[in-house]
Amino acid sequence: MMTFLTTHHLLPLIFAGLLGFSILVYVILDGYDLGIGILMGGAKDEEKDKMLATVSPFWDANETWLVLAVGILLVGFPEANGMILGELYIPTAIMLTGLILRGVSFDFRSKVKDEHKKRWNRLFFAGSLITSLTQGYMLGSYIMGLQHSISVFLFACVTALCLVCGYCLIGACWLILKSEGELQQKAIGWAKYALVGSTGGIMLVSIATPFISERIFKRWFHLPEMLLLFPIPAITGALILFLWFLLNKMPRPNDNYAWLPFATTVGIFCLCFQGLAYSFYPYILPDSLTIWKAASDNAALGIILAGVVVVLPCIIGYNIFAYRIFKGKISSTSYY
Amino acid sequence: METLTLARLQFALNMTFHILFPAITIALCWILLFFKWRFNVTQDTKWQNAYQFWVKIFALCFAIGIVSGVTMSFQFGTNWPVFMQTVGNVAGPLLAYEVLTAFFMEATFLGIMLFGTKLVSNRIHTLATFLVAIGTTISAFWIIALNSWLQTPAGFEMRDGKAVVTDWVQVIFNPSMPYRFFHMLIASGLTASFLIAGISAYRLLYKDKKPEVMTTLKTGIYLAAILIPLQIMVGDMHGLNTLHYQPAKIAAMEGVWQTQRHVSLELFAIPNEVEKRNDYAISIPYLGSIILTHSLDGEIKGLESFGANRPKVLPVFFAFRIMVGTGLLMLATAWLGAWFLKQRKSIPSWFARWLVVMTFSGWIATLAGWYTTETGRQPWLVYNILSTAQAASPHITGGMITSTLILYILIYLFLLISFITVVFHLAYKSSVANEPPLTPVIL
Repeated sequence: MMTFLTTHHLLPLIFAGLLGFSILVYVILDGYDLGIGILMGGAKDEEKDKMLATVSPFWDANETWLVLAVGILLVGFPEANGMILGELYIPTAIMLTGLILRGVSFDFRSKVKDEHKKRWNRLFFAGSLITSLTQGYMLGSYIMGLQHSISVFLFACVTALCLVCGYCLIGACWLILKSEGELQQKAIGWAKYALVGSTGGIMLVSIATPFISERIFKRWFHLPEMLLLFPIPAITGALILFLWFLLNKMPRPNDNYAWLPFATTVGIFCLCFQGLAYSFYPYILPDSLTIWKAASDNAALGIILAGVVVVLPCIIGYNIFAYRIFKGKISSTSYY
Repeated sequence: METLTLARLQFALNMTFHILFPAITIALCWILLFFKWRFNVTQDTKWQNAYQFWVKIFALCFAIGIVSGVTMSFQFGTNWPVFMQTVGNVAGPLLAYEVLTAFFMEATFLGIMLFGTKLVSNRIHTLATFLVAIGTTISAFWIIALNSWLQTPAGFEMRDGKAVVTDWVQVIFNPSMPYRFFHMLIASGLTASFLIAGISAYRLLYKDKKPEVMTTLKTGIYLAAILIPLQIMVGDMHGLNTLHYQPAKIAAMEGVWQTQRHVSLELFAIPNEVEKRNDYAISIPYLGSIILTHSLDGEIKGLESFGANRPKVLPVFFAFRIMVGTGLLMLATAWLGAWFLKQRKSIPSWFARWLVVMTFSGWIATLAGWYTTETGRQPWLVYNILSTAQAASPHITGGMITSTLILYILIYLFLLISFITVVFHLAYKSSVANEPPLTPVIL
């Protein structure tokens, strides 16, 4: 009886953790792909090839984390999946068209007639922007508990812009790591703008959320949790400041520390995610459905978990292998 | 239109568009591995060039397959939420295992396969190609296992309105799974080989004298010539299996209204749902019984004996005929092509033109086959367990589906036209290019 109770308690928790992990990895990895796509809107034609070359070996695997996330939501928490995607039906459909355009433009642009290449570049930019905006919009509506009202709509529009800034930031930092010379210089400039935008966004969301949602307010501004939680915003702030000074000193001689802005941004993303996750736990549907109520039967979760335990390390392993193969600066000649 | 019809239309549209691309990539990747292996063994650059040309088309198909597949993973939840709540214990792990064991592997090694030529050794590159090929096949395995389970569910029991698995081996290797799996793999082989033959013929017509053009033409035609009789055999076995487990589907495929022995084969007819008979029928006596039961007086249950638990006849009846008709055309084409290649070492230009016409014949046959099996199992989503109507979402309105349906139609049409144009453009570009053949980068 005791063991049954613990697995009953533990499995949904593990799956919620896996769901969170996949979303976080997706946001970081596909975040830089999408960011590069948006930044391409401000790049010269000859730079576009190079920018794309920094993401083309990876984007496919990166997008798979989204499939894993929605898969875990679908199989682990079917009821929540139906509710969330039902409420966000239209944004989801728009996001999917964005993902479709982004994904196919990658391949079409290198194969079509030269005079059509520009059109596919524009579609690539549009697809990336649409995807980012709708993901941000969905995040905003989710934070607000999937309610339909004008204030929720406005809030979601703001988070949409924030996420675009966030993706641009991580995209620009990826570009700093993978490029050199003039393009890298440009990426540093982009990163600064995006950092300002992202910081504004993070502050706005952090301030607005507790005031709009009473529950989240109680979660954060309540002793003694408040003291324990204080490091999250504090370290986030410190990292943002550090990144700002770092970017102002870039590029370093011999291209030293080119990886540091990207690593710092990943840190900021993780902390923001941590903060959000804490605001919702233990609910999967804000204020109405806990992860235990929403979870599938233990039998199904158990058999999936067995697969995850064996396969996930392999996935991470060969992903690292792939990143090692394509490490270092990219030159447009490595495009096939 | 009512919401259910719209939800079905939208899902069908997405599936229709999606399946076109896996139908190519599943087999094309093994063919690419074959090109790679021939090059490794012979060091003849024509194999390398064949690889480099077809890997571009593979990449394009793969990308379109991925993005439409992602769309599908969302539509399970949006269009059929009750489906997951009822049979999630079966469908969930099967889908999860597809993502875990196949999706990531394909996607990651695809990057190395496409962009790593100069960065890794030839051995690793061959390995990457192999892993992508095995990944796509494993992916097909899980999806077909799930689809077959919906058609012929096994290895479970219903408790409190939910399916609970009692035996995973029976779930995965359910009664129709082996037939469907091989039927689909061979269908992919045929789709890819006709695509290769068609595009190679197109290049020949543009006087492309590069040695790899003849090589790929031969690969396409010979592969098709071997696969098509196999496909007819597997299809026949699949039919017998369906007769046993889903007799209503067979009755609709053959347009058999009343239970009877000595069933004739309807070559053509217009099924009349109102009068419950076939109009304008052209039929061959006894052949229906012979094909379906392998005996002259085998009994076939008629549609009337299934009450409301049977599909609409018209779509199943015609989809089946289109599949068989296209298949026979492919048989004639492949064997004639093989004969030309054996006897004359080349093909006449009228036949090359015909091959170009047949470039996408595999798509038509595959789609018609899927329409037969999917419309043929209606009104059930999970056979005799969950009807399609029960699985639909209560949250989503017809208007929402209509608007997104239009959006998807526009995008998919645009992509389909772009894809076909680009494939022919690539063939044209490589035909008119005067540059010397590319030399292998890594030996």
